[in-house]
Amino acid sequence: MNDPHLLSLTVNGAEEEVVVEPRRTLADVLRHDLRLTGTHVGCEHGVCGACTVLLDGAPVRACLVFAVQAEGADVRTVESLDAEGRLSDLQQAFSDHHGLQCGFCTPGFLMLAEGVLAESPDADREEIREALSANLCRCTGYQTIVDAVHATACARRSQEVPS
Amino acid sequence: MKPAAFTYHRAHDVADAVALLTDLAAAGEDPKVIAGGQSLMPMMNFRLARPSALVDLGPLRRMPSMTAITEQDGTLTLGALVTHHAVETADLSPAWAVLSSAMRWVGHLPIRSRGTVAGSLVHGDATAEWCLLALLLDAVVVAEGPSGRREIPAGELFHGFYATAVDPDEVVVEVRFTRPAPHAALCEFARRHGDFAIVDAAVALDLDGGAVTGGRVVLGGVAPAPVRVPEAEAVLAGGDQAGDALWAAVADAADAAVDPPDDATTTAAYRRRLTRTLVTDACREAAR
Amino acid sequence: MTATDLPTGTTASEPRFESRRGRWVGASIPRHEDPRLLTGRGRFVDDIALPGMLHAGFVRATVAHAHVTGIDLTATRAVEGVVAAYDARDLALGDIVALLDRPAEEFTPTAMPILAKDRIRFVGEPLAIVVARDPYAVEDGIEAAVVSYDVLDAVVDEQTALRGSALVHDEAPGNVLLDVSMFDTPGVDEAFEDADVAIEVTTHSGRQNALPLETRGVVASWDARDDQLLVQTCTQVPHQVRTLVARCLDVPERTVRVTVPDMGGGFGQKCVVGREEVAVAAVVQRLHRPVKWIEDRREALTAGFLAREQTYRTRAAFDADGHITALDVDVVCDMGAYSCYPFTAGIEPLMASAEMPSVYKVPAYRVRGRALTSNKAPTAPYRGVSRPQYVMAIERVMERAARELGLDPVEVRRRNVITEFPYTGVNAVTYDPGTYRESLDLAEATIREEGWFAERDRADREGDRHLGIGFCCFSERTGYGSEAFAKRKMTVVPGFDLSEIRMDTTGAVVVTSGTMNHGQSHETTFAQIVADRLGIDVDRVKLRQGDTERIAYGWGTFASRSVTIGGSAVALASERLGELLCRIAAHLLETRPENVALDGDGGVVQLDDPSRRLTYEEIADVAYLRSHLLPKDVEPTLTATASFDVPGDGTFSNATHAVVVEADAGTGAIRILRYVCVEDCGVVIHPQVVDGQCRGGIAQGIAGALFEEVTYDAHGEPSAASFIDYLVPTATEIPDVSISHLETPCAFTENGAKGAGEGGTIGAPAAVLNAVNDALRHTGVELDTTPIHPRTVLEALENTEGGL
Repeated sequence: MNDPHLLSLTVNGAEEEVVVEPRRTLADVLRHDLRLTGTHVGCEHGVCGACTVLLDGAPVRACLVFAVQAEGADVRTVESLDAEGRLSDLQQAFSDHHGLQCGFCTPGFLMLAEGVLAESPDADREEIREALSANLCRCTGYQTIVDAVHATACARRSQEVPS
Repeated sequence: MKPAAFTYHRAHDVADAVALLTDLAAAGEDPKVIAGGQSLMPMMNFRLARPSALVDLGPLRRMPSMTAITEQDGTLTLGALVTHHAVETADLSPAWAVLSSAMRWVGHLPIRSRGTVAGSLVHGDATAEWCLLALLLDAVVVAEGPSGRREIPAGELFHGFYATAVDPDEVVVEVRFTRPAPHAALCEFARRHGDFAIVDAAVALDLDGGAVTGGRVVLGGVAPAPVRVPEAEAVLAGGDQAGDALWAAVADAADAAVDPPDDATTTAAYRRRLTRTLVTDACREAAR
Repeated sequence: MTATDLPTGTTASEPRFESRRGRWVGASIPRHEDPRLLTGRGRFVDDIALPGMLHAGFVRATVAHAHVTGIDLTATRAVEGVVAAYDARDLALGDIVALLDRPAEEFTPTAMPILAKDRIRFVGEPLAIVVARDPYAVEDGIEAAVVSYDVLDAVVDEQTALRGSALVHDEAPGNVLLDVSMFDTPGVDEAFEDADVAIEVTTHSGRQNALPLETRGVVASWDARDDQLLVQTCTQVPHQVRTLVARCLDVPERTVRVTVPDMGGGFGQKCVVGREEVAVAAVVQRLHRPVKWIEDRREALTAGFLAREQTYRTRAAFDADGHITALDVDVVCDMGAYSCYPFTAGIEPLMASAEMPSVYKVPAYRVRGRALTSNKAPTAPYRGVSRPQYVMAIERVMERAARELGLDPVEVRRRNVITEFPYTGVNAVTYDPGTYRESLDLAEATIREEGWFAERDRADREGDRHLGIGFCCFSERTGYGSEAFAKRKMTVVPGFDLSEIRMDTTGAVVVTSGTMNHGQSHETTFAQIVADRLGIDVDRVKLRQGDTERIAYGWGTFASRSVTIGGSAVALASERLGELLCRIAAHLLETRPENVALDGDGGVVQLDDPSRRLTYEEIADVAYLRSHLLPKDVEPTLTATASFDVPGDGTFSNATHAVVVEADAGTGAIRILRYVCVEDCGVVIHPQVVDGQCRGGIAQGIAGALFEEVTYDAHGEPSAASFIDYLVPTATEIPDVSISHLETPCAFTENGAKGAGEGGTIGAPAAVLNAVNDALRHTGVELDTTPIHPRTVLEALENTEGGL
């Protein structure tokens, strides 16, 4: 069973089937088999977070998941965030706050932040900072990334219709 | 940093997993269980671990018992596939609240979202928060192997240097915590937030009004495996009033009892000094 | 502005001089780079996939120093999926040689082979290249290689190196690659004899990795139609890669084209040519199939270009009033196993020797700079290039002198800092105007007004916290032109840059630059410059970089040179295009050329009758599609080119950093409570981008001060081969930074800008180290080594006998 496996999963809403070696990571399958190269790979040992994607809604390191483990799973990558070229509120906030320079870590931060904000919509700036410490950025010094995510959180809160 | 090749086997239930492990071993393979994979995969990507076969427990998430968090009769039971993050966000009673609060020290959210409690215990890292918590709260690991189920008390679980009492052909089914600890805390120090601790300390206090009548002191990072410190626990058992004087005495006793290693990353003396600080901090926080 | 504005974030000061702002320059417009990078539609080198592409990896040395007695790739070639494997003998490539035009007693030339053949000089050195159908099979093949060694003693520290009993390069006795005494001005010894206080400080900074989050990588392919190797690589210096690939492969440079896709940072690590890039190109030349190599993180941490490991033994003489009277420095830089191309192993000690007096009026100066070779991965000029180190040395000197003289450390700086410009220093460098004193004053006032001095004094009295305040005042030469670089005596002299601008039939503009954006926002800032010069919307300007076919030559991006030199070249090219537009328009309007001008709104207007105007589209229509209407002396098409070089000694940005830290009495951990940066990079093209450069640089400086170090054991085995051990700080370790801007426009760059890429990294280590020492000031311990380990801080706080 070292032979390739047929893998079925949903990526950004589309059902995909890929034939993969068991040892192939989800990051490599997304990037090289499905050609969704927005997910980046920075360390392949789960520290830098550049490969962060949402797996069944939770942020995970795609380098620490074998693709075969994602059978039947729902995966969301950075390519799902914008709508026909129109940036999402979070993406726009990153641009507004200059939360990216080279842009290599950015997809990972965006997906991490989506996961964090989905689960903790009331997070304050320090909670956001702690959550974002999961990923590495070498360009910004983090301040503007924290600003962007915090601004998005505040904007989403203010737009919520009180129940 | 690509893993070596392996064969991949999905387990459909616990018995299937045990059978796969047994059969693969009999066929000369070197099988290993993978659940969240958050400890195993980095080692495989570095090719520091290279099992020839992986038995994936992932499909067992369909079984409610494997992801259940159950409090009953002074026991907290966690199914083998409960993640760190599930514990972090669980609505636990005060007796087990330390488990939730300690989760912020376990890596980062993406690791906690996928890594499992049982996996962390079987990995047996000397500073892993779950290993300390297992000793602190008298955990019992229930493992199923070819000859049936057995219960491994936390005190017999850790053999040091990532070795544990769970055999290669066994699958952890659940972890039971049997010592409620409404006054407990885990503190740790690492250079960066989310890193493996240099030293971590977990303390549970038995309080009778303002007096401390007993408790547990557990340390990570001072030996090849996490350890209870009976000398420090003896100080807690003296019936003294909770407060900084007592915490200092507990910390001194812990400092005197441990014999941490000098290694490439830091010195024994610094680990001892951190032991004092962290035991004190954990006592203080536990008493709150 | 007032200093009290600072805590809430960044505030820009009003310009103190007339700036050259326009409609676009000076505005924080949305970055042109952002949409694609935010949507995952950038194109980084590992995103490239070509039909039939193979993957490559390297068999690397597992010992630090050895004779190679055998390389057996038989098993490798038998691994399933492996297509080919080559060692040095198979490829027979020329070596990488970087030279200085200096005598033998000053510089020892050494060669870096593309693949090591007989001798190994560091763990991770490439010995063979393995090509396979996928990266997984590549690693299987690498594992199967058998290399045998005759192990030699490893040279891993300065003492062992200088003793010279083991030699990294047999031709370099004492393991010295460069030994230059650049200055020994009159009066040094006399000044020490007459000194009221003489200071001796030995500062040391640990080895670091510049650590772009995107590792190095290359995709090379053969284009039979163009008869050309296409090398798509993430480099800061595409033309230098082309030059070196052609030389090592011994082919005409025309047959190599280097292009650079989006790039995930560089910070200097990618401003030298990697042997792997050449090896992959060589393999493609043989296989005529596309081959990709992506460095993995373990390789990046152990075998990539490193930086920073330097020791400064500094003596300084002071009079009783705190004026420095002489400086005598011995600089030793551990450059690792090889000289990098094109800069050579001399770059760090030569930079330090030339610039060491920093922002201070030093009357007498002696310096000796040495580059040592060792059995560690070689170094590249990382963001700041020696400046973080020499600034740390001289800023420690200022603090120490203040302590010895019983003076305030900021006051000692104030008494020594250069205030009259231009100022020609003892180091024969002329400093253009800056705000050295003003930045110092503002940084100090900010910290004072926020109450940090009072809080520190209160904590002292009550003994409940260990607070420290540290400063660092520095300048940074940014626009290194060819004249300034020539003084280093490199045989390859960077300096100028080129730009070509083209306007199409719709009036939109494409402009090229020999610089190479890798996070600095050139696509935006250069467009701002062009848009202002031509009076068009910034979205009408597209910058193209990173293609050796588009630009005759360029020096890429490093040393904060892009906006000063590259930005000036695009400005000049824009001006020339504007002149061309005017000439054509005047002809079409049937008026004199001096009677027209750009109208700042996409057209040319007749000055004596503003109702007569031609849009760029109308002019372009003639220039391209109805060229028979052009004046007789104007050639068709709308293009212009320009080159720019900075004359003389170049220009200097400057800044003062102020830091408040707290040392934890229980762990020794250092927490940064406040970070203030007052900087002057001349005219700010894009304030948000400049702030971003400052903050990012400061984060890297803090990383060097408190966290990151590449360590080795006694055998030269690197002990930080993963992100578990190499401690890159995260959002919880890096504080928010307040930035304020002073603005002294540069007189000789086209835009008045001075460059802002490196300053943050330069100031942070010294400022943090000084702050930590201030927190420890009652302990009798002074720390002069980075990174500062919490253990060391705790030892100091507890004054522990024998150490922790």
